[in-house]
Amino acid sequence: MNPRIVLATAARVMRQLRHDPRTIAMIIVVPVVLITLLKYVLWDQEGSFERVGGPMVGIFPLILMFLVTSITMLRERTTGTLERLMTLPLAKLDLLLGYGIAFAVVAAVQAIVVSAVAFGLLGVDAEGSTVLVVLLAIANALLGMSLGLFASAFARTEFQAVQFMPMFVLPQLLLCGLFVPRDQMAPALEEVSYALPMTYAYDALERVTLDGSLGAGGAVDVVVTLGATVLALMLAATTLPRRTP
Amino acid sequence: MPAAIEVRDLTVRRGGKLVLPGISLEIEAGAVTGLLGPSGTGKTTLIRSIVGVQIVESGTVTVLGQPAGSPPLRSRVGYLTQAPSVYADLTVRENLLYFARILGVDDQRVDEVIETVRLTQQADRRVQDQSGGQRTRASLATALLGEPELMVLDEPTIGLDPVLRAELWKTFRGLASSGTTLLVSSHVMDEAVNCDQLILMREGDLLAAASPESLMERTRAPDLERAFLQLIEEGPGRNEDGSGSDEGASS
Repeated sequence: MNPRIVLATAARVMRQLRHDPRTIAMIIVVPVVLITLLKYVLWDQEGSFERVGGPMVGIFPLILMFLVTSITMLRERTTGTLERLMTLPLAKLDLLLGYGIAFAVVAAVQAIVVSAVAFGLLGVDAEGSTVLVVLLAIANALLGMSLGLFASAFARTEFQAVQFMPMFVLPQLLLCGLFVPRDQMAPALEEVSYALPMTYAYDALERVTLDGSLGAGGAVDVVVTLGATVLALMLAATTLPRRTP
Repeated sequence: MPAAIEVRDLTVRRGGKLVLPGISLEIEAGAVTGLLGPSGTGKTTLIRSIVGVQIVESGTVTVLGQPAGSPPLRSRVGYLTQAPSVYADLTVRENLLYFARILGVDDQRVDEVIETVRLTQQADRRVQDQSGGQRTRASLATALLGEPELMVLDEPTIGLDPVLRAELWKTFRGLASSGTTLLVSSHVMDEAVNCDQLILMREGDLLAAASPESLMERTRAPDLERAFLQLIEEGPGRNEDGSGSDEGASS
């Protein structure tokens, strides 16, 4: 690993984003619009928005970063820049960490804006610290990013890469406890939910926003989320061979 | 002088198709070698094997005394891919600054290579807003950055106007005279005159490896294009009869 190359990669990815103001606007504005929409959709449902509003703040970055990174990495593969990089003195880890830093910064901005709106304007009440919610949102963004990097290896076209979002992310979103508490699901599904990383990401957010603190269970959630991120990054590294057919 | 590149019995299969059925050749150090042949003949596959990004079935490729693609070679070999491999959403300068950081060269070198490929006017415009030729040049600039000992260029002059092509060939000649080894692929024969050595390929086989002069002499053709066509008609295996200095004989 070479810090100079990691930082250069992060700077390069951020520059690419900066040249694409529309994407930046969508990354920031879309979650704000959606969470506002959610408040008014759940208007007459007593307590529903209060239950899901807080955790949603931390779930948006996961979904968006999954999409953004899987497309960006697929582009590196299809335009030949990845092959070019692989002939240079750059370690795979340099590339992946560079991506990680760049998207963590973007996720932080996104999470800060959407929390400000949710907690400030929409009246979402976090029992625990909102700073912790933002930190968890960044951790979730990194999880989404590493899942996206890994998933991009299986897509040949950008169209396929977009389809991976409903395939990889939506089932996790359905089973994580956001829509229905997990103990009210079919028992088999509840078992499955234990194997999905988003379940832990969501659980940690729920503990902070509803219970007021992470506690021991929340600490386990954070460890599992970070562990899943590292695992997905390692798997992503194996999908970046220097030699291709 | 030892060979800069040594390929022995290289076999490569792509998508089930045998692209290189056991090719052997040597590329002289400090010279400009032209890799010529019709498109779809395996030139790019050979080049990818030399820079170490191609999965090979069997055979060996030795580059500057080391196995192709080994880590020490990554700062000694410059590679231009056939399709421009630069970030289209960044400016030329931003692209070069990124590659410069990876190679550990300073920003002044970035300005130098921009000048070499004549992109000073367009340096701060995004690559996607530039013409095909300008993109190729931006990509070429990244290959020049690290002042590599060996440059492997896959069709560097494709889509360029004649004036610029002549200028780039002058640059390549200049690099060779300062000791750089160049391997340049092309499917247009009129570029062959600029090379010290030629490697002619057809359907994955080595058709001939010789200097332009000795090829002309041997085939008695009026120009290289017809010399090449004549060699294709003769088929492989007729090129071991003393083609001069190079001895990269085919199988």
